[in-house]
Amino acid sequence: MRYHAAKSFEEAAAIAEKAEGVTRFMAGGTDVLVQMRAGIVTPDDLIDLKHIAGVNDITRLEDGSWEIGVAVAGARLGAHEALCADWPGVVEGMELVGSTQVQGRATLTGNLCNGSPAADGVPGLVAAGAVAKIVGPSGSREVPIEEIPAGPGTTTLAKGEVIAAVRLPARGAGGGDAYQRFIPRTEMDIAVAGCAINLRVEGDTVTEARVAIGAVAPTIRLVKDAADAIIGSTLDDAALEALAAAVSAAASPISDKRGTTEFRTEVVGVLARRVALVAYARAKGEKA
Amino acid sequence: MSKIHVSTTVNGDSVEFLADPRETLLDCLRDHLGLTGTKEGCGTGDCGACSVTLDGTLVCSCLVLGIEAEGREIGTVEGMAEGHELHPLQRKFIEHAALQCGFCTPGFLVAAKALLDKNPDPTETEVRYWLAGNLCRCTGYDKIVRAVMDAAAEMRQEAV
Repeated sequence: MRYHAAKSFEEAAAIAEKAEGVTRFMAGGTDVLVQMRAGIVTPDDLIDLKHIAGVNDITRLEDGSWEIGVAVAGARLGAHEALCADWPGVVEGMELVGSTQVQGRATLTGNLCNGSPAADGVPGLVAAGAVAKIVGPSGSREVPIEEIPAGPGTTTLAKGEVIAAVRLPARGAGGGDAYQRFIPRTEMDIAVAGCAINLRVEGDTVTEARVAIGAVAPTIRLVKDAADAIIGSTLDDAALEALAAAVSAAASPISDKRGTTEFRTEVVGVLARRVALVAYARAKGEKA
Repeated sequence: MSKIHVSTTVNGDSVEFLADPRETLLDCLRDHLGLTGTKEGCGTGDCGACSVTLDGTLVCSCLVLGIEAEGREIGTVEGMAEGHELHPLQRKFIEHAALQCGFCTPGFLVAAKALLDKNPDPTETEVRYWLAGNLCRCTGYDKIVRAVMDAAAEMRQEAV
């Protein structure tokens, strides 16, 4: 295995493009090292992104949007008060990933690129309308987060392409987001179903919404019908009922020992109702 | 395969070693530096037996490459006692019999110290969540949690 400590994303992309064998980019390493240990992946070229300037930064840009470096670990997101105030749902999702030890290393971008349909860090990004800044052999592009996952363990990134940062939009007035998952334990488990909702209110009325579901389909999904079910409402019982129905209709989960298809389909709807109420309370400036 | 020269700091001492790029920090601590206090449990970041601090942040050393230690500061269980004077956490683990086989203990000690460095007065719930990534198959955790709470109280000079 050749280890490369890339000094820029362009260099990282060029190494990956020229590589002939198995290539892996490494940020926190909490997935890559496990795959190496298990023999699932034996990289010929391992490209460490942590030596690139800015990868450890959480930056609020002039327009109020946020740029999160690819090596920013979960624990650092949770310790950033201004980011937590703007995007609590994004942060609470990432903070559910792994143990304290894993939180010291694991990153949002790594969680995204690992391609798990159950990634707790990703639904919040999708609901937030975040974009990935991608650097590749043919230049840079920005892609909505929901277009990155292709299926379990795979992404739509082309050979030589690497994510250089995640951008969260400006929060703006009257906004709130939240994420919850179901697990059979209280800690240290992988989502059986998950839901993130980001919405905006004017008075009591929901004017914008984005709903993302996790662990109930081959990829994390943005569910437009679910957003439409609550836009224009005051999140009354009828709207919540319609939201849950739309979310369950969009789910196409597998059955396994951790949850049957029927269970996951039902529970993701229940989660959507709860998450919507938390996001709504946050949007109205109430504590939730 | 050529090895890479790594200069790093472990428990305040400057050290050097030659690492294969595939070796984990855990392998390097144990096999190149002879610091066998840090244990390998699962090797996949699930059990916490290999807990160390990397520039003050608690991590699983099995999920860090040895070559990533270049220029960093590592803290291991060997750095907790001052000579023959045990750290209060170590003393309280013995007093409360918070171990049987002892394999998980170095990881629990390093993780608990990282918690108390950050939060000297944690609630029992905070201790349990912080240590959720450290597995123990002997004690049932209760004695470990009590030992950590008692050590924290002593360190705050509020003997219970």
